[in-house]
Formats: sequence, structure tokens, C-alpha cells
Amino acid sequence: MTNRFVNRSELIGILVLAVFLVVILPLCLDVFRLNLVAKYLTYAFVALGLVICWGYGGILSLGQGVFFGLGGYCMAMFLKLEASSPENTKIQSTPGIPDFMDWNQITSLPFFWKPFHSLSFTIAAVILVPGIFALIIGAAMFKRRVGGTYFAIITQAVAAILTILIVGQQGYTGGINGMTDLRTLNGWDIRPDHAKVVLYFFEVGCLFVCIFIAQFIRHSKLGRILVAMRDKEDRVRFSGYSVANFKIFAFCVAAIFAAVGGAMFALEVGFMSPSFVGIVPSIEMVIYTAVGGRLSILGAVYGTLLVNFAKTSLSESFPELWLFGLGGLFIAVVLAFPNGLAGIWGDYVQPRIDSLLSSRKAKPGKEWTDNSVADGAPAE
Amino acid sequence: MSDEIKRGLQSPFRRKLLMGMAALPAITMLPRPSFADVPATSAINTTGLAVTDTEVTCGILHSATGTMAISETGSIEAEKLAIAQINEAGGILGRKIKFIQEDGASDWPTFAEKAKKLLVNDKVAAIMGCWTSASRKAVLPVVEQYNGMLYYPTFYEGLEQSKNVIYTGQEATQQILAGLNWIAKEKGAKSFFFIGSDYIWPRTSNKIARKHVENVLKGKVVGEEYYPLGNTQFNSVINKIKLTKPDVIFTDVVGGSNVAFYKQLKAAGIDLSKQALLTISVTEDEIDGIGGENIAGAYACMKYFESLDNPNNKAFVPAFQKMWGAKTVIGDVTQAAYLGPWLWKLTAEKAGSFDVDKIAAASPGVEFKGAPEGYVRIHENHHLWSKTRVGKAKLDGQFELIYETADLVEPDPFPKGYQ
Amino acid sequence: MFGDYSIGDLGSIFVMQGFAGLILFSVYVLMALGLAIIFGQMGVINMAHGEFMILGAYVTWMTSNFFQAYLPGLFAGYFFLAMILAFLASGALGMLVEWVLIRHLYKRPLDTLLATWGLSLILQQAFRSVFGAREVGVELPQWMLGSLHVTDSIEVPINGVFVMCLTFLITLCVAYVMYKSRWGRQVRAVVQNRIMAGAVGINTEKVDRYTFGLGCGIAGIAGSAFTMIGSTGPTSGQLYIVDTFLVVVFGGAASLVGTIASAFSISQTQSTLEFFMSGSMAKVLTLLAVVGILMLRPQGLFALKVRK
Repeated sequence: MTNRFVNRSELIGILVLAVFLVVILPLCLDVFRLNLVAKYLTYAFVALGLVICWGYGGILSLGQGVFFGLGGYCMAMFLKLEASSPENTKIQSTPGIPDFMDWNQITSLPFFWKPFHSLSFTIAAVILVPGIFALIIGAAMFKRRVGGTYFAIITQAVAAILTILIVGQQGYTGGINGMTDLRTLNGWDIRPDHAKVVLYFFEVGCLFVCIFIAQFIRHSKLGRILVAMRDKEDRVRFSGYSVANFKIFAFCVAAIFAAVGGAMFALEVGFMSPSFVGIVPSIEMVIYTAVGGRLSILGAVYGTLLVNFAKTSLSESFPELWLFGLGGLFIAVVLAFPNGLAGIWGDYVQPRIDSLLSSRKAKPGKEWTDNSVADGAPAE
Repeated sequence: MSDEIKRGLQSPFRRKLLMGMAALPAITMLPRPSFADVPATSAINTTGLAVTDTEVTCGILHSATGTMAISETGSIEAEKLAIAQINEAGGILGRKIKFIQEDGASDWPTFAEKAKKLLVNDKVAAIMGCWTSASRKAVLPVVEQYNGMLYYPTFYEGLEQSKNVIYTGQEATQQILAGLNWIAKEKGAKSFFFIGSDYIWPRTSNKIARKHVENVLKGKVVGEEYYPLGNTQFNSVINKIKLTKPDVIFTDVVGGSNVAFYKQLKAAGIDLSKQALLTISVTEDEIDGIGGENIAGAYACMKYFESLDNPNNKAFVPAFQKMWGAKTVIGDVTQAAYLGPWLWKLTAEKAGSFDVDKIAAASPGVEFKGAPEGYVRIHENHHLWSKTRVGKAKLDGQFELIYETADLVEPDPFPKGYQ
Repeated sequence: MFGDYSIGDLGSIFVMQGFAGLILFSVYVLMALGLAIIFGQMGVINMAHGEFMILGAYVTWMTSNFFQAYLPGLFAGYFFLAMILAFLASGALGMLVEWVLIRHLYKRPLDTLLATWGLSLILQQAFRSVFGAREVGVELPQWMLGSLHVTDSIEVPINGVFVMCLTFLITLCVAYVMYKSRWGRQVRAVVQNRIMAGAVGINTEKVDRYTFGLGCGIAGIAGSAFTMIGSTGPTSGQLYIVDTFLVVVFGGAASLVGTIASAFSISQTQSTLEFFMSGSMAKVLTLLAVVGILMLRPQGLFALKVRK
């Protein structure tokens, strides 16, 4: 029955999202707005990872910015190297190295930059570097049964450390300015409008791959163990499962999703900076998931889009007031709608639709909710 | 309630009346503009910028929220004042300036996004904006790609020059070298201790300062320390200063760290009337937070102080305080931000066009005689010729002008021998 | 690096450096005490802790302005009144927040994190709207400035001594309240078993509200004291939050002694490292060490139980 990784109503949901992203948005928006949507969607990757790791695994990570940043920096290093060809950088004292290195008196490319001349290495690094980093952190923490709030705070500290490091080692990382002025991907200019459109569709494609992976995890036995673990960790452990390994797995998946998002960000925006690595962006990414509904894979995408649209339009019309709105949203979601948009949909909208349709066919099961969050889901 | 009804009844009437009144001068002026001072829109705007027969749009792009709002508020205020004054004086090429304000939220990608919005959607003819180097670096590719014009107010590290940017603040050599020369001569300083916040501007500035101290002044740098942005504990570095006993402490600590640094310096018994301290990062704005009693006696090296005694400044300061409150202080960057709209106006009138290419080409040589700092002129490299001044901080939070260079200092963003 | 200096110089620097470490220690304890109560005892992750501190700082600023304008003769003593007012203001706001927000979330500690983060955004913007985006400088009475001259090269900052005494006093008070008073027993009873505590007649809601208020009030005092050494602006509170949480977690959440011990070890490490290397690297190494030790010993330095 649930061995199939999408059931009928989920399939409809995915199709609706696909139509929305692939047909409706590109038709309705100009390239500038579409590029904004593309930027928002890079955060949706992170939110998607958080659904797996936080919603299903019960592991709240406040350091997803770290993985977003690692993925983004890997991509940006490749792009930056390509943009700093000897011809482009001939006014420097050492041509052929990125401009910020030249400003910091570095005269040859550091060793860990060299492999990033290769695109295939870069793509591997985008996935492996954050993945391995998550594996190390996860193994160290979960094997020792650190969880809940402790884990959240330690991931926060990791985000703080990485930010200070990146800012402090500006000769190697570009410092607080980040890596700017990224131009081409294997000779293909990523800056003009048509390239942005192509990148947008490529990104939506990647997003759906991630959505399907998330769906698969959710419906597999693995996903059910994650939920069981979140609700009663000890029982799962006593049943003979290695709780730590499942947690590490969920954390790594979330990290890799975030890294893919970061890499897409570097491509879309042509820019990467430590301001995505820190604590503030990491917590903001959590709120995207919370708004969408921490248990809903598609909700994560909608939540990300909604919060970012609100942020952009509020800050365009009331630049001094949008923090009130954002703060209020955090509180409202936590207090009133712990299941986020998906919860509202499942509780209020879906029943209406069902009752309208019920004259024709039997009522299908609820699509989104797992009904456990409201009464204190993550077992502490 | 009754008021509302009345207003409701009146308003269409009133609007018509007002429109009629507004149209009256327009009608009487109608034959004139095409020949005299108001050129036709088609002539001065060939690239589809947001210029109408009566208005020209510019963007203001600073952080109104987030950590940088502390610093950037002054720039926003100065730009709005300049725009209001220009409009009062008749606008640019007969067109009033309308501004669209966007919030960069202290977040560099947001700056890039908003710059793109201003250029692509709003078609602004110029952007007054950015503050930190990081935000400028983020915006730079955007203004170059979409051919915009950015007026950037902050003193910065140099190593940059763009057709699409006018740098109204000083670049590092322009700001630092004169100050170092002065303190070396005046105080006979030989040993220097550098302390800065950890990012590109302090590091580059200190690099230039170190080369100058070692190669030109034949002095010695006895310490060079960096702390993360926002750090509030400086006791250890203060101990190091006490141990190395430098002739001059040279600081480029920024933001909230400044406050902590000077308070702790004072508390540690370092008396700034005896120990020379030269800062390139403390303006009147920062002293507001630090407190005059904590920094009195320190020297600051930049191009503008609120206390400058010249007719332009005598008009500027009261105008600024009338608009933004009598207690508002004006720092170096605020003044540089004020220059932006004026330089744009002068350049557009010289070029007879709002087209970015023509503005960029016409910029070199544009003079602004009404600058509060005195007189400025745009260099071929799009930076400003300006004097460098040294001020001594007083108890009331103002600087007392101690020294100024005799001539304008040439901006040199790619200084030979300092890289 | 020490070759060039005389023994006397080195000795006095050693003393001064020890002092710098002690001041940092006091600052950390002061920051962390309020949070140790809220997070350690109640399990609430209060991300708005820094904003409660800044509220205290703004109250101090307002008090100092008031005294300057209306009671210049009493200016020398305004700071004590300012601290009391800061305690009351932050405490009152804390109790209000507990009533509106926190009490609905005791069963969901991770959600308190999100809600209080939202609260911190709102508070920051409120500070910005009310007090302006610029930093404010708090003027201190003359006797609190400067330093005590011990020898030619040893000078003890007065505000540092003041912070140390204050920290000591507040720690004593908190220890007394939590471990010796009737109310403290009630708090600990509620923390250990809310239902049983209720069953034996403790008004758990009231205890919660006052505990939260006490934690926030101490944050207010800390903020008030920090006007002497740091900056006061709408976003200054965020600077403290990570350090504060690490101190509490490193010490072992449920233990006040642990908090003090961890503040001591972190501050000494950091202040020593800062002397030998750049401030940025010292910070990174200290944080790394803390995270590393937490991975080896997740329960913190002193803790009764953490495994769940």
C-alpha cells in the first residue's frame, strides 16, 4: 500500500507544484522577479532537508547555513577561478588568481583551491564536503546521544565558528565581502537574462529530484523508523535499531540538500558570502520550514516562497517595519499553527474540498498531517 | 466623521482646483522650456531611464534595518536633505528628483537584489547608496551589468575603479598617509600599534599604513591585531599595548566594537591626552555612542568634521539639524553622502543628459564649490580630490581641527608601492 | 616575544592579564546567570535573552538622561537606581512574555526557541523605532571612570572591579534564592516534577512566571552593567547570545556551579589565547575547544543528567 513512494493525493500535490513552478510563474513574472523566485527556491532546498531532519527525525539543526555555505562556497570557488583567468586579471600583481587573494598578498593559488579548476570535482565536492562534515558532526553528537536543545545550540556554535573563520581568513575565502563577480560556468555566461531563465528551470528540476528523494525516504521503512524515533526514541533503541545511525543519515541528507541549494544560489545570484553561514540565516531557514509545516515536503517549498515574498514586498513598501511582521510570523506559527501552511490546508481547506467532492467519491485520507506535532512531537 | 464627509465632498473640487493651479504656470511656461532651461526629455534621456518632463527618479539604497542601520541612517538623511535642497533650487535640468528608497537590511545579497530592482524595474537614473565595502562589492557587478550609476559615500580601502561608480569618500591612501605624516612629524612618533576589526577595510588600510610607516617614515609597527566584528572585550589587547608602549595607537575598529574599545581603554588607565591615538574609523556619529569623555584627546584623520569653519558648512549643519533634529551629529560619511546628489546634478547639467554613459564621461573635472568640506573635484578615476584633515576629539563629542593638508590630495586607488 | 621586556614589565602584565581574564569571567557569569535560570531550570531556550539585556541598557540610558536633566546633584548615584529599574523593567517584560507566549510552550522546548527568536526580532525593531537606529552613549558618573593606580604599570579598571563585585553579589543572591529560600525549593520542585509539585499545593503557574521574570530581570541588570564596557544599540543583544548559551551548556544546564565553572574556564582560555594570537583566532580556538569538549562530554562540566 504505502510501498509506493507517492500516493495519489501526493502525486496531485506534486503536479500542482510542478505546474505552478514550471508554467505559471515563468508566464506571469518578468525575468527579474523570476530570478528572485529562483533565489528563494535555493532556500527551499534547505527547508526540504529540514523537513527530513527536523520534522521526521526530530533533530533541530540551527546550523543549516553552514552546509548551505559549504555547498555555495565550493561552487563559488569554481566560478571564481574561471572568472579570474589570467586575461581577466592582468592588472593584478599576480594574474590568474582571484582578486581578493591578490589584495591579501597571496602570490600563488593555495593547494585546496587547485582541484576547483575541474567542474566534475566541484560537483562532487558540493555534495561530499558538506556530507562528510555533517557525518563527522553527526557521528560525534548522536553516538553520544546528544540531542534536542543541546544539538541545536552546538550547531549554532559551529555556524558561529565557521563564520569567524571565513571572515578571518580573507586571503583564502574573500572574507566578509565573500566571492563576488562570478561570471561564467564552463565558458557559458551566467549573467544575462536568458541564462537566468535556463538556470531557473534547471534548479526547479533539481528541486523535484530532491522532493522525490524526500518522498522516497518518507514512505520507506526508514522514514517510519525516523518518525518512531522522534516520538519514542528509547523504544526504537530497545527494538534493536541503531538510533544514532538513522539520525546521522537524516542529518547528512539535510546537509546535502542544503549544499545543493547553496551551489544553486552561487549560480543564480553570482555571489557567495559568509552572511549565509551565520546563525541568523540558519534560523531564518528553520522558520521557512515551520511556516510551510515541518511535516510537509511540499509545504516546505510553499513556506519558503511565502516568507520570502512577504519579506521582499514588506521591505519594499515598509522597510522599517518588516521585522515586526517577520517576528510576528514566527510567534504565530509556533503558537497557533504548529503544522504551518500544511496544517491549515489539512485542517480547513482539504475538508472543504473533500466535502465538495464527496458527492462523487469516497473521502481520501488526509494528505499532509501526521497529527503528532501539536501534542509535543520531538521527544525530548 | 463630519470632517471626513466634508473632505470627501471637497476633495474632487479641490483636486481640480489644485490641478488647475498647477497647470497655470505650466501653461505659461510651456513655450519656453524647449528653448531655454528645460530641455526636452527625449534629448536628455536616450536610454529609457525613469525621466519624465517634470521628474527624474533616483534610488536610495542603504540599510534601514540590521546592524548597519546604526551607520547608514546618517547617509540616508544626508541624501534626502541634498535631494530636498536640489528640488527647492529647481531640480536637475528642470526636473524634480523623486527618490525610491530601498532597504539593504545589512545583508549583501539583498543589496544586490535591490540594486537590480532599482535599475531594471524602476529604471532609476542614479543610485545613492551602499556603505560597507561588502555591500559595494555585491552591488558593483549589478551596476556594471545594467549600466547604472552609483554614488558611494564611505571612505574605503581602494583597489577599485569603475566607470559606473563615483566614490565620494576617500580611498585609503588619501585618508591615511597625510595623517600618518602629520603624527610622525608632530609627535615624533616612531612606533605604531595597529588594531582593527577583522575584515577587508581595516586589513587593507593597515597594510598601507604599515608600508608607509616602515618604508617612508622609517618607523616600526610593534603590533597588529584584529578582532571579529562586534567583539566587545579588548582587555587583552590593551595589555599588549601597555607592554609594547607604542608612540601611536592606530585604530580602525568599527561599529559597536568601537564603544567597547574606547571605554575599556579609558578604564585601563590609558590617558589619551598623553598616549597618542590616531583613528580612521571614528566620526562624530561613533562618538555619540562612545561618549565624548571616553575618547577626548584622540586624533581622527578624515576629510570632514562637523566643526569645520567655512561658509558652506555653516549653512549645511543648521539645515541638516533643522531637518533631522537639533541633536543629530554629522560625520565624515554623512557629509560624503550629501555630496552624491549634488555631484550628480552638476554632472548631469554639464553633460546635458541623464544618460549613464554621458554622466560617466562628463564626471571627471566636475567641481562642487558648495561642499561642506570646502571644495571637491572629481578625478579621472572617479574618486574625489579632497583635503585630508586631522581633528582632535573633544569632550562634547566634536572634533577640533588641528591640521589640514595645504592642497587637495590626489585619489590613488591603486597605489604603487603599497600593494 | 618576551625577550625585550624586563621582569617587572612581564610581572605586571601577568597581573593585568589575570585581571582581564577575571573581568571577562564576571561578564560571562553575569550574562549567563539569567539564562542559566531560564534555560537550565525551566528548559526554555530564550533567544531573546540579549534583547532583555539591551532593554536594561536602554533603561540605564534613560535614567542617566533623567538625572542629568532634573537631578544633576544626585548623578553620582544614579547607576544603582538604574540597575534596579533595569531589573524591574526586564523582569516585568519577562513576566508578560511568559504569560502571553512561553507558558503555552513548556512541552515544546525547541518551539520556544523559534518563538523567542521572533520575539527578539520584534524587540530589536521596537528599540530601533523608539530609540533610533544609532547607538546611544550612556554617561557614567565620574567616580566610575578611570582606574585605580596600584603601581606604575599596574592599573585596575574601576568599572571592571565594579562588574566583579556586582557579579559576586548577584550570584550570591541567586544562590540564596534558589537553594535556601522557600520559593527556590518550589522552583526546583516544579522543575523536577511539575505534576507532583502541583499536587502538593505549589502554584506552578505562578512559580513559572516569577522564575522567568527573575531570569529576565537579571539579564536586565547585566545589560545595565554592560553599558560601562560595551555598546548600546538595537542589535547589540545579538552579540552576546551565542557566547551566553555556550557558557550555560558547557557548564551543564541544570547547575549554577557549572555555569560559574564554565564561565571561568572559557574566559581564562580566551583571554590567555588573545594575548598570544589575534583576537579572531583566539575566539575560533576557544569556541572549537568548547564544542570539542561538548562532543566528548555532552552533559557539560557539571550535570546531573542529560541523556534522554
